[in-house]
Amino acid sequence: MTSTLQRTPEEIRDRHAENLGHQVGSGIFTPRQLLTSFPDALRKFDPRYQLRNPVMFVVWVGSLLVTVFAVTDPSVFSIAVALWLWFTVLFANLAEAVAEGRGKAQADSLRRTKKDAIARRLTEDGSEERVPGTELRIGDLVVVEAGEIIPGDGDVVEGIATVDESAITGESAPVIRESGGDRCAVTGGTTVLSDRIVVRITTKPGESFVDRMIALVEGAERQKTPNEIALTILLSTLTIIFLLAVVALQPFAIYSGGEQSVIVLTALLVCLIPTTIGALLSAIGIAGMDRLVQRNVLATSGKAVEAAGDIDTLLLDKTGTITWGNRRATEFIAANGTDERVLAEACRLSSLADGTPEGRSVVELCVEKYGLSAEPTDAEKVGEFVSFTAQTRMSGIDLNGRSIRKGAASAFTTSGEVQAIVDKISEDGGTPLVVAENDEVLGVIRLSDVVKPGMKARFAELRAMGIRTVMVTGDNPLTAKAIAAEAGVDDFLAEAKPEDKMALIRKEQEGGRLVAMTGDGTNDAPALAQSDVGVAMNTGTSAAKEAGNMVDLDSDPTKLIEIVEIGKQLLITRGALTTFSVANDLAKYFAILPAMFAAIYPALGQLNIMRLATPQSAILSAVIFNALIIVALIPLALKGVRYRPSSASALLRRNLLIYGLGGIVTPFAGIWLIDLLVRLIPGID
Amino acid sequence: MSPLVAGLAQVGILLVALAAAYRPLGDYMARVFGSEKHSKLELAIYRLGRVNPDAEQKWSTYAYGVLGFSFVSVVLLYVLQRIQSVLPFDFGRGNVPPGMAFNTAVSFVTNTNWQSYVPETVMGHTVQMVGLTVQNFVSAAVGLAVAVALVRGFVRSQTDRLGNFWVDLVRGTIRILLPLAFLFAIALIALGVTMSLKSGVDVDGQTVANAPIASQEAIKELGTNGGGVLNANSAHPFENPDEWSNLIEIFLLLVIPVALTRTFGQLVGNRKQGYVLLSVMGLIWGAMLAVIWAAEANGLRPLEGKELRFGIPASALFANSTTGTSTGAINSLHDSFTGLGGGGTMLNMLFGEMTPGGVGTGLYSILVMAIIAMFLAGLMVGRTPEYLGKKLGRKEVTAAAVSILAMPTVLLIGAGIAAILPSTQAALNNPGSHGLSEILYAYASASNNNGSAFAGITVTNDWFQASLGICMAFGRFIPIIAVLALAGSLAAQKKVPVTAGTLPTTGPLFATLLGGSIVLVAALTFVPALALGPIAEALL
Repeated sequence: MTSTLQRTPEEIRDRHAENLGHQVGSGIFTPRQLLTSFPDALRKFDPRYQLRNPVMFVVWVGSLLVTVFAVTDPSVFSIAVALWLWFTVLFANLAEAVAEGRGKAQADSLRRTKKDAIARRLTEDGSEERVPGTELRIGDLVVVEAGEIIPGDGDVVEGIATVDESAITGESAPVIRESGGDRCAVTGGTTVLSDRIVVRITTKPGESFVDRMIALVEGAERQKTPNEIALTILLSTLTIIFLLAVVALQPFAIYSGGEQSVIVLTALLVCLIPTTIGALLSAIGIAGMDRLVQRNVLATSGKAVEAAGDIDTLLLDKTGTITWGNRRATEFIAANGTDERVLAEACRLSSLADGTPEGRSVVELCVEKYGLSAEPTDAEKVGEFVSFTAQTRMSGIDLNGRSIRKGAASAFTTSGEVQAIVDKISEDGGTPLVVAENDEVLGVIRLSDVVKPGMKARFAELRAMGIRTVMVTGDNPLTAKAIAAEAGVDDFLAEAKPEDKMALIRKEQEGGRLVAMTGDGTNDAPALAQSDVGVAMNTGTSAAKEAGNMVDLDSDPTKLIEIVEIGKQLLITRGALTTFSVANDLAKYFAILPAMFAAIYPALGQLNIMRLATPQSAILSAVIFNALIIVALIPLALKGVRYRPSSASALLRRNLLIYGLGGIVTPFAGIWLIDLLVRLIPGID
Repeated sequence: MSPLVAGLAQVGILLVALAAAYRPLGDYMARVFGSEKHSKLELAIYRLGRVNPDAEQKWSTYAYGVLGFSFVSVVLLYVLQRIQSVLPFDFGRGNVPPGMAFNTAVSFVTNTNWQSYVPETVMGHTVQMVGLTVQNFVSAAVGLAVAVALVRGFVRSQTDRLGNFWVDLVRGTIRILLPLAFLFAIALIALGVTMSLKSGVDVDGQTVANAPIASQEAIKELGTNGGGVLNANSAHPFENPDEWSNLIEIFLLLVIPVALTRTFGQLVGNRKQGYVLLSVMGLIWGAMLAVIWAAEANGLRPLEGKELRFGIPASALFANSTTGTSTGAINSLHDSFTGLGGGGTMLNMLFGEMTPGGVGTGLYSILVMAIIAMFLAGLMVGRTPEYLGKKLGRKEVTAAAVSILAMPTVLLIGAGIAAILPSTQAALNNPGSHGLSEILYAYASASNNNGSAFAGITVTNDWFQASLGICMAFGRFIPIIAVLALAGSLAAQKKVPVTAGTLPTTGPLFATLLGGSIVLVAALTFVPALALGPIAEALL
């Protein structure tokens, strides 16, 4: 399989396109992966390894027991049951191995970023010494120049440089990293493309974010998450109950004059205990982490991912998350009797050479609304661009004697009419830019925060999931309210200072709510640490990254929504497969019990509603179904159950129908079909 | 009136009576356990027992209280039986043999009231009144106390205190059970239930055993105890003279377990939470009644052992209610029911006694099942599972699992061993599948603290006395310890607020989920064993 971290920009775009459809899916599962994972699966037959999973350990012991009996008293039936019981264990191993294999591929590509760089460490007297990157300690200062690899995670303390972070993010466009401010963090393994920076190392070797992530996706160090532990307890309880039911069945059978063989009893036990979910449980967990990494999110623990599914309140920064980061021109309002088209042309001229985002947005509006050209004509190219200065507070162009300017209202002498327009725009939460030609005001450009398309729908989905969204902004309450209403968030925090954000998180948490947020700046760090799920932007500072429990390599604040979905999907997959597994037992009773006891009480033959051929074929078919269903569900375990944002009741109803009812019906069909083949095996009677 | 119409009329009257009692009794019980005031009588009792009634207990202290009290009760009851010959009103019945005395002591303390003895020839009035009747009250009050402690676990937050066991025990006895039992004892006397200190009465030259029955009869039903003063239990005219007394007794069986769902709703501050539990209990109770009734009405078995005084509908109604409430009193022999009908009474017990279950035990058992159901449901909606504002994590699931595991474990081990013991063959009256049903029924009854007997099996040998005694003790106290531990970990938690993402636990979806879980857990656990007993019988 290909590395999922080293992607071309096209692939990234495709992936994002796919994400828009809310498919929290993952890489395609191919049967080939079963083959390549085979050696790993064989290694997992080690009983010490099996002990970690109580359900599968019981199967393992059962397989051994049946094998002993099959060897001492061989028959087609006993050998076939023994084989299929081992297959059951093998398929469980395989499921885990496939998931781990995919994780390993992720880990390898992460590890590739950890090329052993030689660091140029600054000593106290200012000279440099060359040490391996692995020997760096927190607080060390290292020099990195163009073409060199940054030896460890840290903050730029001196200089500015362009850095190629494609090894980590897959994004090929270089990024700028500079000392001070919120863009000072650099990641070990990335390459400096230009200039020279001094980096203060902030993590110990082996404990960087990438290191922790490698450990997580590889599964070796995988700690069970709280919900997984609780589920394992429930599955163990079910296993004990069935163990008791089957063990106690033998004396009842003896009493009834129909003693059962150990082979048959073991087959019944394995069919009843929740092997399906037991076999797939760890694969589901690993695959969940894997999906997160595919979204370019690094999490410090599986627990954080699980917590993401529980989020009640989502804090989102307005700028960059809900709105495009920059204000955009949305309207030209003519004044003093100027024709609107004349104003638009003046606006265009004034902004043609203006490279700022606001300037570009003015030209774009001219193109979209007035059909003007985005490119200057040859005649216009001779004009002289006047750039913005703090003194004039305006910019524009001098062309053929025309002097066109745009700027803050206070830089111009404005009439009452213009002033009224300016005030109105300010009230609405926009920013007015006055446009004038030769000191005569033509009109006003309205710059406003533009809510990203699709945000309203996403917030509606979140609401359906029971998550409240709170927009955090430095804007005044009036502006904030206007934008909150437009974006469809549930609440907003205006004129927010970092401590206000912190107070809001605490208040929510006191009520028992779980809070998620994104942040990038150092002043976000305390809030990130306080929140239950804190997603730091990769472009942010080291402090922010350390404080959060996830880092988004794409630095896309809306990613939080996907993270919540992945967390939920993880739990749903576990719950759904548990339900499926338990629901399966009904059909197995109908297959195995008549097979065992119809000889003593012929009336019990009425329970053989699947009309399975013989007792042996019935039992063997149930065992085979039980094994094959594991393989059949591996893709689902890896991909996760489909998640659609909807109310809890709707979700439960849907999943109960599919996995509960489906779990009851499927094995009836499956066992019946398998029996059609099994009855053809010579020697089965 | 045809039997069908008469039967339906009885069911109708019963339901109306229960509905009428539901609110006042439920609310009254909520006040009893919620109030901070102590009565003078109670204060005197606390002084006598050197208990500080205002000191709240941790779950472990509460559990020590339950276990200590129950242990002392077993010892006292055992001693009382063993020294019967020196007590008044013993009528020369002598000391109760050790095995039987042990079994009976455990049986009455665990609210099981399994009777391996014939009361009118073994127990004198003193043991009946001072020993067994007292346990009929306090064992039921223990169940109430544990249920209330669990409810407090849901209601409280960030505390390790669950209330005071002694206060809950005393209040349950004095404020709830005693007044109601007194009232209904009078009513039963009025209907003809006997109350006498003589050992018997002469009827047409024959001596028919008699006893102070009415005073025990009311609490026998009200406390979901079930231990008859006479061997024939409520099939005996002295215990149950006519159809009205019969109806009152069925009402008494059900009234507290049913009204407790109202108490629960009041205490957790949302009555709908109680209604939904009641609806699940009621639906399963109703469905099982239909099964048993239909099976009996259509049964082709001879009338051997069939109760003719009350007829099939009233027998089915009583049988369904006594096995659905862990009472175990009987007005007809379940052994003489059809395979399906008898299997139905057994299944009622195998559900774990929560439809509606015993006094207190029914409520806490169904809450434990709700926790298991909500754990799975929570996962299926993608959130850390929660119920009534409390997260269901490792500790909660473990405690719920232990509580649920106890009954099948002791039941299957006990019945399994019994099935292959050579001595069992001698104890059985019936061979084949019906014999196995008899064994299963005995262990189901003991492990679920029901106490009703399928009969048809002689349970007086040492193996049965000891093993059934152990089943009763484990089936009672392991869940109690687990439930109190559960209450402790719930109370320690913060309360999770209800948000739009919370899975509601008041609607039909939750009721379906909970009812399905109860049926599924019982079915998956016991179908193999039942296949060789009642299922084989029913399909024959």
